[in-house]
Amino acid sequence: MAYSEKVVDHYNNPRNVGSFGKDTPGVGTGLVGAPECGDVMKLQIKVNLETGVIEDAKFKTFGCGSAIASSSLATEWLKGKTIDEAAKIKNTDIVNELKLPPVKIHCSVLAEDAIKAALADYKEKNAIGAVAAASR
Amino acid sequence: MALKFPIFMDAQSTTPCDPRVVEAMLPYFTEKFGHPASRNHPFGWEAEAAVDVARQRLATLIGARDPKELVFTSGGTESINLALKGVAEMYREKGQHIVTTVIEQRAGLDVCKRLERQGLSVSYVPVQPDGVVDVEEIRKAVTDKTILISVMFANNEIGTLQDIPAIGKLAKEKGVLFHTDATQAVGKVPVDVEAMGIDLLSCTGHLMYGPKGVGALYVRRKGPRVRLAPMMDGGGHERGMRSGTLPVPLIVGFGKAAEIAQAEMATEGERLARLRDRLQDIILSSVDEAFLNGRPDRRLPQNLNISFAYVEGESVLMGLNKETALSSGSACTSATLEPSYVIAALGASAELAHSSIRFSLHRFTTPEEVEYVGQRTVEVIKRLRDMSPLYELAKEGVDLKSIKWKAE
Repeated sequence: MAYSEKVVDHYNNPRNVGSFGKDTPGVGTGLVGAPECGDVMKLQIKVNLETGVIEDAKFKTFGCGSAIASSSLATEWLKGKTIDEAAKIKNTDIVNELKLPPVKIHCSVLAEDAIKAALADYKEKNAIGAVAAASR
Repeated sequence: MALKFPIFMDAQSTTPCDPRVVEAMLPYFTEKFGHPASRNHPFGWEAEAAVDVARQRLATLIGARDPKELVFTSGGTESINLALKGVAEMYREKGQHIVTTVIEQRAGLDVCKRLERQGLSVSYVPVQPDGVVDVEEIRKAVTDKTILISVMFANNEIGTLQDIPAIGKLAKEKGVLFHTDATQAVGKVPVDVEAMGIDLLSCTGHLMYGPKGVGALYVRRKGPRVRLAPMMDGGGHERGMRSGTLPVPLIVGFGKAAEIAQAEMATEGERLARLRDRLQDIILSSVDEAFLNGRPDRRLPQNLNISFAYVEGESVLMGLNKETALSSGSACTSATLEPSYVIAALGASAELAHSSIRFSLHRFTTPEEVEYVGQRTVEVIKRLRDMSPLYELAKEGVDLKSIKWKAE
């Protein structure tokens, strides 16, 4: 399979590889996928507790080149966004940007799941949306 | 010697044609283009003579008593189809049960699935963790309805060689026919249909430095005489088992490849095993949690298959594929997104089945290529491990099995 130039670029020069301490204030962690499916993504955001803006983001991914590229791209897009803006990132945006073929769409879905999981973890740790959660 | 890129180390998918093979084939495209079944003029005689020479060379290579026992086909897949379907149809009255293994190549498994849909029953014998089939398991699977045992000679992913003589003996004892898919083995390791008790054997040209598009099925004529229902109806070529004009240039090339293999197999096998062992050593001495797949002392000399924990196969290939052609057990490159069923059959965890890489060397592989590919593989694995959340968790001492993974 030929990869798009953008996927190759992210694979060769992944942005924001690394980890934050899970319990650092303002950090939200998402760990999604499963080893037996061949894809696991860990995506972390570091939110400025005063402004609610994502100041930094990091990832580590076990998976194919498209999975690595999808999560690398996600961290790039997350930086500078508020948590509400971040929640609007859709897997189809990632598909379009990276020109993923149909068999790789699940990589973008996993990246969106990772973003959502990181945001949820951040909110839970900082008791944001507790009202909404209580009313569920 | 300077390296020439890309380096080909995927020789169990196909091999390059040996230049000597190409040279032997060329006249049969142009001046010697006759139809071997044209019995009434020199063009036909010349073509028929060339096919006879090729058939004899192939017969010699696999130890067949009579060259007439070889039926030329379009390749391994067709040979396997003809063997299994031909026997199933011809011996339907005798019984409707086939014994095979879970690690056969796709052609073998898919033909069996079709036969099952048509009402036959098939037993798929498991393999041991080292990739070797326990002959006793085959014995247990054979019933009084069994008409055929079909076990591959050498596995296409892990190169493991099965105990073919023991299976041949068992088949004789039980009065059951024995087919082996020897597409990966013929020309690489000694094959002897007489000494090994093989009744049907599939092989192909393009995995032994011959051309693509030609293969053969060995069909025993004596003790027992094997009969097959043909899949192709037509002019009754190849003793009625495979109608169709013989592709003379391809057959000539196949024959030449067999002749070269016969002469060079021993020295080539030793050379490739040395190079393969060196490659294995470079990688396993520098990478932790890398596991050799298949029994080390019973595999094809050119095969090396390693699972790298915590990294995914396709991403490894992506790091190497600009300069080196390799193949991954992970079928992630196809649309199926399935891990290797061969590695999974060894009892490895599914994640290791996603991370197996096959290195297959060939006649033209150089020591310099081996050094380069070994070093580059180590670099790529290390880079991907730095990026792997699983490696990070494992290094923190987290048991990956203790995590509740949310599978999609």
